[in-house]
Amino acid sequence: MSTAQRVRVFVVDDHELFRSGVRSGLGTSCEIVGDAGSVDEAVAGILAATPDVVLLDVHMPAGGGRAVIEGVRAGGAGGASVQFLALSVSDAAEDVIGIIRAGARGYVTKSISADELAAAVGRIHDGDVVFSPRLAGFVLDAFAGEAPAPIDPELDLLTARERETLRYIARGYTYKEVAAELHLSVKTVETHVSAVLRKLQLSNRYELTRWASERQLI
Amino acid sequence: MCEHAGVAQVNARPRLERSRSDRVIGGVAAGVAQHLGIEPIVVRIAFVALTLAAGFGVVSYLLLWVLAPQEVDAGSAPSRPRVLGMPSTRQAMGGGLVLIGVVLLLVVSGFWFSDSLAWPVSLAAIGFAILWARSGEEGRGRWSLEGVMTGQTSLPRVAIGSLLIVAAMAVVLANNYSLAAAGPMLLAAAVAIGGLGLLVGPWAWNVGRELIEERSQRVRTEARAEMAAHLHDSVLQTLALIQRAPESREMASLARTQERELRAWLYGRAPSVAGARLRDAIDAMAGRVERDQHVKVEAVVVGDAELDEHVAALVAAVGEATLNAARHSGETEVSVYVEVEADAISAFIRDHGTGFDPAAVASDRRGIADSIIGRLEAHGGMAAVHSTPGDGTEVVLRLPVTSPRKTA
Repeated sequence: MSTAQRVRVFVVDDHELFRSGVRSGLGTSCEIVGDAGSVDEAVAGILAATPDVVLLDVHMPAGGGRAVIEGVRAGGAGGASVQFLALSVSDAAEDVIGIIRAGARGYVTKSISADELAAAVGRIHDGDVVFSPRLAGFVLDAFAGEAPAPIDPELDLLTARERETLRYIARGYTYKEVAAELHLSVKTVETHVSAVLRKLQLSNRYELTRWASERQLI
Repeated sequence: MCEHAGVAQVNARPRLERSRSDRVIGGVAAGVAQHLGIEPIVVRIAFVALTLAAGFGVVSYLLLWVLAPQEVDAGSAPSRPRVLGMPSTRQAMGGGLVLIGVVLLLVVSGFWFSDSLAWPVSLAAIGFAILWARSGEEGRGRWSLEGVMTGQTSLPRVAIGSLLIVAAMAVVLANNYSLAAAGPMLLAAAVAIGGLGLLVGPWAWNVGRELIEERSQRVRTEARAEMAAHLHDSVLQTLALIQRAPESREMASLARTQERELRAWLYGRAPSVAGARLRDAIDAMAGRVERDQHVKVEAVVVGDAELDEHVAALVAAVGEATLNAARHSGETEVSVYVEVEADAISAFIRDHGTGFDPAAVASDRRGIADSIIGRLEAHGGMAAVHSTPGDGTEVVLRLPVTSPRKTA
């Protein structure tokens, strides 16, 4: 995060305590331009403040994080450039996949340290994707095996390189370490991960939805 | 999880719908009144007045009844299955008055059928009413299959109601056939009913039982989901917050353990029929190491397998390697990744800690490596330790799968 201007962050969480926790944790590295405790408040606040990155709680009354993303995206030009990083206490597959498919660019759990959170925010701001080992595991699981009948092979299958990249992330490797292992540039690794995120968001692969709804894994 | 309270109040004029809450017959009048924004009583009087004009009121009422949709129940339970609800006192009185009117009309106009039919019909109607009517002693106020089968509906009432209906049938028969012929008739009817009961009875009973079973199952599931949502929003949030606090490693680890246990209980998968699974075993191992060593163990499992002795050995080796990383790496986080493939199970235990030079390991660590490598090799697998000083350590385990034990 060597950008001259500090990243402008908006915090959405229905727990006041958590909002103030993030405020004090991120205050030095980011500029907190606002926060909100409900879906309606959040949509209005984000459209008014047009932050770079929104830290978004997955679980909230009246639709949760999903509703916020949809509201902002429907709110016109001002909301189009806003990026979302989802935050949750839960690592449940249906939560993770649900919020990613709604449009979030990454997912972290709330137990993350302040430094890690700041790094994740910076990465989202740079247009990258934040994949936790757990999320990489989910994707590998969801795209495991041969697709019964890939409707769109572009979206319904992972390439060998993408699969390899995800396996390293699931093993706890940083992007830099993955790049070194695979003799790629960090940029290429990020491209692979972005491609996987896109597949996760757009694939209609039958198993993806079924898997997410059936599995109650934490 | 998302409540849509107060969705209404958007339209300036409410849609024409039959009222649910305020109805005498079909809720048409109240619906019209709400739509027009006037008092229901005005509409009702209008309908009566129009009826005097060549019955126009009745026709228009019936038309509206058919055409206007029923008001959507804005209340709590979404789409509750329709149970036979009982009319209110007002509705009963209204219905009774209409009935008397119709009877008087028929009598006056000479269309009245003989008393011989009127009496049994009345008897049957009373029996039906007793059978289905609301009774004070029942909290639920509804007659249902469940009520009868679980003994909530009083048996005498069912008996008296049924008796009246049977009596009505008997009167009809006796009136229309000579008494001499009635005997065989009743016998035939009794045999038919009895036979039918024997044929269908047990099946009907079972169906009823299953329905009740299913319903109570659903109630339990809903209660559990509600509780899970509540705990999720309260206790789990707090535990996550405690873990964020950097002051105390022990506190964070305690909170993490509690969170893991609460989660396992809340979202607990049903214990698999065939016994323990690889995924559960890895999760349990990760929980143990977290609790004992005060580190965070990020365990990711892709695929699942049954826990036979080979797989159990792999899990033990993974546990050993994780413990090793937690003790010696100096890091607070260990990544464990296990993947079930078609021909093998692979496991990777990675930390970003101090690392060491595998070529020059101290004797005490030699032993641990042996216990991991030796254990794997005894089960036909292999293990390797990659480590560079200052760059962390990764233990790679691989166990070939011989039998088809992979499951999706």
